Amino acid sequence: MHELGVVFHVIRNVKQVAEENQAQKINSVTLQVGEVSGIIHEYLTDCWKWAIKKEEILKESSLYIEPIQAITHCEACGKDYETVKYAKVCPFCQSENTYLLTGNEFLIKEIEVD
Amino acid sequence: MPKVIQVNQSVYAVNDAIADEVRAKNQEHHTVMLNVMASPGAGKTTLLLKTLDALKGEYRIGVMEADIESSVDADIIEAAGVRAIQVHTGGECAMDAEMTLQAIEEFHTENLDLLILENVGNLVCPAETDTGADKKVVLLSVPEGDDKPLKYPLMFEVADIVLITKIDTKPYFTFNEQAVIDNIRLRNKHAEILFVSAKKGDGMDRWLEWLKALL
Repeated sequence: MHELGVVFHVIRNVKQVAEENQAQKINSVTLQVGEVSGIIHEYLTDCWKWAIKKEEILKESSLYIEPIQAITHCEACGKDYETVKYAKVCPFCQSENTYLLTGNEFLIKEIEVD
Repeated sequence: MPKVIQVNQSVYAVNDAIADEVRAKNQEHHTVMLNVMASPGAGKTTLLLKTLDALKGEYRIGVMEADIESSVDADIIEAAGVRAIQVHTGGECAMDAEMTLQAIEEFHTENLDLLILENVGNLVCPAETDTGADKKVVLLSVPEGDDKPLKYPLMFEVADIVLITKIDTKPYFTFNEQAVIDNIRLRNKHAEILFVSAKKGDGMDRWLEWLKALL
């Protein structure tokens, strides 16, 4: 259950951005979350709803989550494949010499403020 | 009028900046900081006690105990004659850089050669959060099984050294030494891997050697 911890990180970040922009209120926060970042969207949303009650500037803020697909690159044959389907071993050549291209992201994309 | 502000930064960006501040401070004081991570019951405290025993005559050491609750571990470390500070993470499942920064300021770590952070027992969150430590030490105990690097890949990916602990209990468990090495190597080509028993002393000399080389 690490979603609560990461929600605190998100809140700290967006409050700082809001402050720098002299915003009074944050209406929404949009995150980009990779498929294999280990973040469970439902938990994240639940923790968010609980945590923002304590923050005046975020009290009515909505959380939007944009998923990013996980893609792995194979160094042996040079092909890309879906990480969630095939994991670490390349489905084309069975090599384990592979690395993650996308899918590990956990980014704050944008915030909407008043 | 509502307006949209493009942020496009990692959720961990603020934390990572503070972690760099922690590292800079420690470097200035010539203090080496370790972040010790493992699941609950892997043997972090026992390993630390034996390590402190071996090094406390030679080096100035402090231990930061991070837990959600209680001061059980800090009390044990203090009883062993080493400075300990208990940090409560307030429900959070790992120490973050800001908590570490506050702790090193309160703790006056400028006189220490070695500062050891014993993180919250957990194989997920501590791996995600940079505390500002110089090296990450990950423990995996034999009873937990040799497949754990496959299930908690990030923890083993970020490790500088993996200590397979409680190696003396191997006869009682299905644990394959080669399998655990292979499973770690899938994610981490460079981490040192040592097999130890803090209780019986096996492999402890190699661990202490690794540690002393940093000091």
